[in-house]
Amino acid sequence: MNASSADPRATPTPLAYFAAATLKAFNTNKTSWIGLAIFLIVIALAVFAPLLSPFDPTDQNILDKLRPPSAEHWLGTDSFGRDTLSRVLYGARISLVIGTVSTLAAMLIGSGIGMLAGWHGGRLDVVTMQAMDVLLAFPSLILGLILVAMLGPSMLNIIIAIALTSIPPFARIARAPTIAIKEREFVMAGRALGYSDARIVAGHILPNILPEILVMASLWLANAIRTEASLAFVGLGVKPPIATWGGMIREGFENILDSYTLALVPSIVILVVIFALNLLGDGLRDAIDPKLKGEG
Amino acid sequence: MTAFVVRRLAFACVTLVAVLSLVFVLVRIVPGDPAQLILGDQASREAIDALRHRLGLDLPIGEQYAVFLAGALRGDWGVSMVTGQPVIGEVLRVLPWTIELTVLSLILGIVIGVPGGVYAAIHRNRVTDYAVRIASLLGLSFPPFVAAIILLLVFAIALPWFPVISARSGSLAAWYQSITLPAVSLGLISAAYVTRVTRSAMLEVLSEDYVRTARAKGVPWNAVIWRHALRNALIPIITVVGLYLGILIGNSVLTEIVFSRPGLGKLLIGALNQRDYPMLQGMMVIYTLIVVLVNLLTDLAYGFVDPRVKLK
Repeated sequence: MNASSADPRATPTPLAYFAAATLKAFNTNKTSWIGLAIFLIVIALAVFAPLLSPFDPTDQNILDKLRPPSAEHWLGTDSFGRDTLSRVLYGARISLVIGTVSTLAAMLIGSGIGMLAGWHGGRLDVVTMQAMDVLLAFPSLILGLILVAMLGPSMLNIIIAIALTSIPPFARIARAPTIAIKEREFVMAGRALGYSDARIVAGHILPNILPEILVMASLWLANAIRTEASLAFVGLGVKPPIATWGGMIREGFENILDSYTLALVPSIVILVVIFALNLLGDGLRDAIDPKLKGEG
Repeated sequence: MTAFVVRRLAFACVTLVAVLSLVFVLVRIVPGDPAQLILGDQASREAIDALRHRLGLDLPIGEQYAVFLAGALRGDWGVSMVTGQPVIGEVLRVLPWTIELTVLSLILGIVIGVPGGVYAAIHRNRVTDYAVRIASLLGLSFPPFVAAIILLLVFAIALPWFPVISARSGSLAAWYQSITLPAVSLGLISAAYVTRVTRSAMLEVLSEDYVRTARAKGVPWNAVIWRHALRNALIPIITVVGLYLGILIGNSVLTEIVFSRPGLGKLLIGALNQRDYPMLQGMMVIYTLIVVLVNLLTDLAYGFVDPRVKLK
């Protein structure tokens, strides 16, 4: 191991190269580490929610409703007497699952469309990118609201709606570098060797644009979590009694004159998660953006 | 200049028709028959057919499209299923409230964001720069309804400076009471976006040769910043502000709900809850019109700020 890294002539494996580049990007902006740490803690809390939650998140106890924080209920109870801490922990699962799946879907479909349009060029390029611009022009939250209202507020439909509204930015970010790389010598060399289009795009163009796409994904994950919460806040979230952060804020808001913690706790939690993801993505973007190199 | 304006206008028209087509498709991908959905499971076959006819759903799809497009552009957006009033009237009645809120928050965002971004750029990598950057990143992390609820908790419940539910009577004091918290909650988020783009645009411009030349020939530092650098940084700032207006209109939906303020947002949520299809379609048309108009204004602003744009 040590010998190979000391020998400058040795070519690192692609994976090792990628790992080293990632580490370097994280170290360029230390705030990325903070964002990552917070996000990993949130993932751990969501995964171990059943072990960590002091109560069942849907257990009602009318005698104990709207209690302020206490030794028994650390974050108080809601208007049905449900434990707020347990609901926040379980709510993380919904936010993370919807956010991650919709962002991954948007990333795969969007960058696929972008690379295809950029690689193919011509009329296909013009028409798809025009369509993306049209989709981008429409306020995405309103588009999401209408889609979920029409399809019905199930987990799958929420994921579809959020994914659909997040496709255009990925298409845009994948297209431009594809066009630039298409003209480079190594692509021409691949063609001369008789490689198929699919092989060149997947093996040689994708690795070049992957860092940028992944950084975008972390920023859009923040956006997806925010959109999910917004949908739940107006009543278009996963159906109650399942705990969602947006739904909890909605219930807390309805009881805001009786208990201020009810709306405040999930509000702060969601703010921290989005802020952590933005810290992570923003720091990494600065690190990989050649235009900003060395400006920190 | 005329050719430039005509070209941008033509492009806006193409976008308008394209987005309207998207709206047409969206309304029709709903699973199930809208007439059935509106009337419920108990409705008779005749009643459903009558409603289908009234809504024009019995026409061939091409004809439906032509009728929709012509109606949308003429301002004939149908009749609300709930109130029986023409959709356009209901929309125009609440539109000024939403425009007032979004324009004021945008102005607030620019007034705070541009000087903030310039300041951070000049003091790059100093403590104040980091503070501005962290604050703006935090600002744009806020879901709009969270910002609204926190302001409401602090300034209407903990401190009784503003009413929880603001009604507007004619006086200036009442107007101030009703607009301040909603506009500030959206304005601070806008300021975060504007600060970030201003900072990065200024950083790029400040490293240009002409800035160094201006300094070398003895132009006062303030004039270099505000007259030479900021003017050249305006293009990316205008782009982001224009794009941000779309987000702002979406965000205003949530702010209007929290402050129970009349506007497009409340109308939209009402229409969604009651499955008022003509109203939803009409609202999507008005959102489209707003977005296309904003894009057009953004394009024209480029030409105004940067004479080179007109030649392209």
